[in-house]
Amino acid sequence: MNTRRGIPLLVKFVAVLVGVYVGVRLVRPPLPSSLVMMYMTLTVCGVLVYVSIYAETWQEFSAPLVELFRGSPERGGLWQGGRQVVLGLIPLLLGFGVYQKVTPSFTPPAEQRVVHPAPPFEVMGLTNPLQQRPDRLQEHLELGARVYFQNCVYCHGDRFDGEGHFAHGFNPPPANFVDAGTIAQLQESYVFWRVSTGGPGLPAESTPWNSAMPKWDTMLNEEERWAVVLYLYHQTGWKPRTWE
Amino acid sequence: MTNLGEHRRWIAGLLRGRGSLIAQLVLLIGLLSIPALGLAQETSSASAAVAYRDLPQLGGSRNLVWIVAQIHLLFAGFVLGVPIFAWVCEVIGVRTGDPRYDKLAKEFTKLLTAAYSTTALFGAILLFALIAFYPRFMGVLSDVFYASYLAYAALFLLETVTLYLYWYGWDSMQDRKGLHLTLGFLLNALGFFLMMIANGWATFQNSPVVLPENLTGWERAWAGINNPTFWPLNIHRVIGNVVLGGFICGAYAGIRYLSATTAEERVHYDWMGYVGNFIGVFGLLPLPFAGYWLTMEIYRYNQQMGITLMGGFLSWLFIIQAVLIGVLFLGSNYYFWLGLAYRTEGAERHKKIILLMLIVLLLCFGVWMTPHSLVASLQEARAIGGTHHPVLSVLGVMSAKMTAVNLMILISFASFLLYWRANKVETVSWAKGARVAQVGMIVLGALYLLWSGVYGYFVPAVVRVYVLSVSQVLVVLAVLILVTVISILSMRNARESGVLRWGRIPPRASYALVLNALMVILLMSLMGYARSSSRVHWHIYGLLEDTSPYAFSPALGEASAVMASCAFIFCLIVSFIFWVASLPSEKASGFEKAEPASAVVAGELTAR
Repeated sequence: MNTRRGIPLLVKFVAVLVGVYVGVRLVRPPLPSSLVMMYMTLTVCGVLVYVSIYAETWQEFSAPLVELFRGSPERGGLWQGGRQVVLGLIPLLLGFGVYQKVTPSFTPPAEQRVVHPAPPFEVMGLTNPLQQRPDRLQEHLELGARVYFQNCVYCHGDRFDGEGHFAHGFNPPPANFVDAGTIAQLQESYVFWRVSTGGPGLPAESTPWNSAMPKWDTMLNEEERWAVVLYLYHQTGWKPRTWE
Repeated sequence: MTNLGEHRRWIAGLLRGRGSLIAQLVLLIGLLSIPALGLAQETSSASAAVAYRDLPQLGGSRNLVWIVAQIHLLFAGFVLGVPIFAWVCEVIGVRTGDPRYDKLAKEFTKLLTAAYSTTALFGAILLFALIAFYPRFMGVLSDVFYASYLAYAALFLLETVTLYLYWYGWDSMQDRKGLHLTLGFLLNALGFFLMMIANGWATFQNSPVVLPENLTGWERAWAGINNPTFWPLNIHRVIGNVVLGGFICGAYAGIRYLSATTAEERVHYDWMGYVGNFIGVFGLLPLPFAGYWLTMEIYRYNQQMGITLMGGFLSWLFIIQAVLIGVLFLGSNYYFWLGLAYRTEGAERHKKIILLMLIVLLLCFGVWMTPHSLVASLQEARAIGGTHHPVLSVLGVMSAKMTAVNLMILISFASFLLYWRANKVETVSWAKGARVAQVGMIVLGALYLLWSGVYGYFVPAVVRVYVLSVSQVLVVLAVLILVTVISILSMRNARESGVLRWGRIPPRASYALVLNALMVILLMSLMGYARSSSRVHWHIYGLLEDTSPYAFSPALGEASAVMASCAFIFCLIVSFIFWVASLPSEKASGFEKAEPASAVVAGELTAR
């Protein structure tokens, strides 16, 4: 029995869960349900760990639940009625959950998208040949800018943020080069490979791919492709990933 | 009950004294399988036309080999990990003169002898399966490693002999402990070399090296074994084996504690569970560092393989790994905290610090398992603007992960420290200064981890990988070592403020021990699969392509089902072996009869 004064532990438990849930739901843009589920499971486990460490807290926490399921004849009619409602709600909620799971839906399933497909052997460790001519940097940047605004801007945007005119027609959306998680994490050889072979050049693992990126090596020569890679890093301020 | 008891005694009687016979039979099978190794080599030319054979009735040759190999590896990990700490326990027993340690070491070794023959059995099944289903691959492998097969067989023979001398000589060598300890050391050394050879074969598949033509058989085998990922895997597996062995022994003790019927049994298995958990946590702390080194070497060897593993389609396995490791940290800390609450006096005073540690642990766990690329439906992805969340995706990269795992390690260490000091009062004059220094080091270490974690976002990858991450590891190791040394020195001649009350911990502590063991088994199954499948469609990366119908990487769901099956089968066999191992001791037990542990604890709680 709870002999302490103040808010019962079980109520605190529920309050913590509700608080965390509201906090997680307030994050903008909204988090996907898969992540909300992970965080809520973690919270439930964490709170259960805490209440079950000490015998007193465990007793205080579990006593109302034990009483609910075992019943308590000495309790009044209101409590008995409430108990019947709660016990009746449990199978109903479970049934509703099952119904939700099995009802046909037109929503496409959640995707486990692979972020960094592995490039083939031949492009690993390539270095940008244009970097070796610092005296002609301006010239190469101008070439890169021309290539970008003639070919890439429509999807990747004039601010390099993946918000080009056509961007909203694609899923996944075009890469946002300003984001710290895209070209800032990659080597130049990797970006060169993605520009060169586009969606069709993606490896067999993790197929099917959804990339709408064209295969630019049939439309741009090698110098133009390296130039646009150079231009992207120059404009966004990121440094290519290196191992030296 | 009587019938059941009679049955158990009958089985015990049947098995008693025949352990060596069974072991010899298994050894015989192992030795008889040696010609098969030669056969494997011969078949390289004879069966050139037959590259693969299949048994679709058994779910396909690939799955069969996968399951057998995984179970063999799990058993091998156990039989290599247990002797390490069994021997350490025995050394502690000799040095302190405390007979409990000798008894514990003997009990650990009993589990080892029971599992040893099963390991060999699964090794033989794996060998037969590989020869039968993958003759071309075995031909190529044998061509490189045939000399090492002989060394392996010789070491296995020596290890077996040493193990039986170590186990069966336990009681008769009580007066010659030096000799017995030497045997224990030899057992560990032989086991380590045995593991190294097998690691050489496995790592050669991932990171093969060019072998010149003019090498002798031994030179060729060594050149193949000493490949770029060989040493990182050796270190990783040694530590991993200790963790696996510790937690499995902990789970064994947990189950024995739950079924204990005497007060003495409860005390013993409570203590054994504590030691098992301690060993598991002790190994768990440096394990991520070893894993980091291994992965770094994989990247160094071949970036394509590294990207496939960590950034490509296998990267989802690391989210599962994060969850398993997080549960392991949570479970281990939970066990320490339960020990603190139930075994020590005045445990109420630790409530606030435990709450703080739990909150930090949960936050780190949350960061640790947040994926870089989110699993989202079409609508959710549109709302986010892609699968990268602008706020949370920063938690999905290495800087955040390294910081989170290092903080979890520090917290686990602090939990242990809290428990260790709970019933002791230092008597040295500089005790207060020592406490301040220890707390200061842990806090400063945590602050450095946070700073370097944030700073990692603003530096090139090469600085993050080779400077910041390494410095984080070194700082944590330094804190662990320095704080431990200060504790040992400051607690010399410490006064005990109360006795540790063994045998009173609630049943949920035992469940935590079982959960930890299960997590480690799943973790080994998962990461074993990750390392193997990073080769994708290669038997030997870049050298021997997999052209079988099973050359595809299975979907994550299918792979998870196979891994879970491996863990389930392993647990089933281990349970059986431990049950058999526990039979003879029951009759000999002279423990005073008492209520089962769960009943006593329930009674105690009601009384409170």
